[in-house]
Amino acid sequence: MIPPELLAALSSPAALSLPKPLPVQENTGRAGTFTPSTVRFSRDHDFFEDGDVHRHLYLEDVLTGIGEVEQRPKVSEFHCQMAGCSQIFDTLESYELHYNTLHRNVCSTCRRSFPSARLLDVHILEWHDSLFEIMAEKTNMFQCLVEGCVEKFKTAAKRKDHLIKTHLYPSNFRFDKPKKNKKYVFSNF
Amino acid sequence: MWCASKRIKKSQLTLEDLRVQRREREKALRKARREQHLTSKRLLRDQTDEEAFLGGNLSQHLLSEQQVLQRIRDIQHGSDEKLKHLTVLRHALRNRVTQLLFIRAEGSMQFLIGLFTCQFARIQMEAARCLHELSHSNDPAVSKACLPATSYLVTFLSGSSAELMELCLYTLGNLSVESEAARHQLLLQGIIPAFSMCLQSPYVTVLEATGYALSQLLQAKEAPQSIVPTVLEAGLTQDILKLLLSDFGESFGMMIEFAWCLHYIISSQVNNVVLISQGTVPKLVHMLTKLTTSPYLGVSGSELLICPLVRCLGNLLTEVDGANKRAIQEDGRVIVALFFFIQKFQQEHLFVIQECLWTLNNMTAKDPIICSAVLHFKLIPVFLQLLGHSRDIVLLVSLSLLTVFLNHLHKIMGHTPVLCA
Repeated sequence: MIPPELLAALSSPAALSLPKPLPVQENTGRAGTFTPSTVRFSRDHDFFEDGDVHRHLYLEDVLTGIGEVEQRPKVSEFHCQMAGCSQIFDTLESYELHYNTLHRNVCSTCRRSFPSARLLDVHILEWHDSLFEIMAEKTNMFQCLVEGCVEKFKTAAKRKDHLIKTHLYPSNFRFDKPKKNKKYVFSNF
Repeated sequence: MWCASKRIKKSQLTLEDLRVQRREREKALRKARREQHLTSKRLLRDQTDEEAFLGGNLSQHLLSEQQVLQRIRDIQHGSDEKLKHLTVLRHALRNRVTQLLFIRAEGSMQFLIGLFTCQFARIQMEAARCLHELSHSNDPAVSKACLPATSYLVTFLSGSSAELMELCLYTLGNLSVESEAARHQLLLQGIIPAFSMCLQSPYVTVLEATGYALSQLLQAKEAPQSIVPTVLEAGLTQDILKLLLSDFGESFGMMIEFAWCLHYIISSQVNNVVLISQGTVPKLVHMLTKLTTSPYLGVSGSELLICPLVRCLGNLLTEVDGANKRAIQEDGRVIVALFFFIQKFQQEHLFVIQECLWTLNNMTAKDPIICSAVLHFKLIPVFLQLLGHSRDIVLLVSLSLLTVFLNHLHKIMGHTPVLCA
């Protein structure tokens, strides 16, 4: 059993100082004597098998769960307050979801909605910035759409080519509509 | 209400059913691990919806090819009831045969991706749930059919909707275990920088899902070569350590995921010098000490957090110099904490004991200060108690490590008999 004073030390905010080390006789490395050493295990080592299996049982939810899920309270129905939007909601979460999807990253000029701030910024720059076209003639201005990629291109077509070849994007990526295309981005709906 | 399916299964099955199910799964997982393809997927489902589903007639979800096509047409044409028809399709997609019929129907995946990228939040979420159901399939053809959606799944991680991000992350985590090609595609599409953004999320659900998706990627065969270096370069480990050191609160599940991420990174042995320079050893020491007094230690599943943290410390101790061991020498509570875990889990989770003993070995080897502390703190009886354990494996491990330990103590002249008494 662990001595009670040590258990108490665990819940104390103060550090537990170690005693002065006992005198040590150096091991001269004679044949047959034990030499202590550290052991390192790689992630695929059999030593980790039981723990790994336990982790995967948890992942597959065979184990009983941790924590409980709270119930979301219903509220009386209300409308979205954004201009031109009349959707009705009965939970705050469904309104939040709607707001984040449709009203969070919206272009103030043309009301188009984007899934991320980066895509909105790219859109504003390319569609509504009067200096963009002039600058684009001199330097590469079309930013890559992928998070973490800093490449810029001369034209939207070159960017599209980059997205397909380097990032394995689909050729019809929905959030990469060049300005000349007057069709609404979400034309399916 | 979306949650992991475990909470539902618990209420549907008897204890004996659960035991049988667990034994079978355990056997399959051990076999998979030995064959080096240990992968698992996680499924989120709507709880109320699930209960209604299980209470209904299951056969109605087995559809013919014609019926699958009809479901797709219903969604395309039913403008007012698009959402309702999409939910019907989602229920149908729980069936393996229906999944195959669906992905083989011409243009079906493009259609689903179209709905997933539309701006109607509820339709988008429902389409995301359909994709999630498909991503959970064990059939490689079904997972492969989902790959055209990954550019959008990754894009939405930079969005603001926590609910959608969570679902995208679990779907990506499921898809990433399927093939090296899938992981290669995700890396090219910027999943690591996207994770970096997700790690800043204030939502615990998003953080837990990020930990899950990252841990899935990190378990890949090629992770030491192509994934761990990118993760280290992007500085994700610093964010992970910060989250692990945060208050436990409601974030126990999240911490489990990140602790496993850290274990996969460290045990890949790619560049642990970086991790050591980020102060990982003193941070692990602090976390393990703090866990001994956490109310969550009493919760079933706490071993899932302790195990990877102990592993991280055990492995890093093989690479640290004296300066990094100072954290242990200055505060001996972590030594006591390891004994505390040994005592706590000796009835239920033997692997925790095994791993704590190994970490103790690495802590004491070549370190007379820590060795002396173990003696001085009178912790030897905890070792001796383990020798009486009935399980062969623990007996072997504790015997071998005790041998290591006693050999070590032998050097401390004249004190062993007194302190062991």
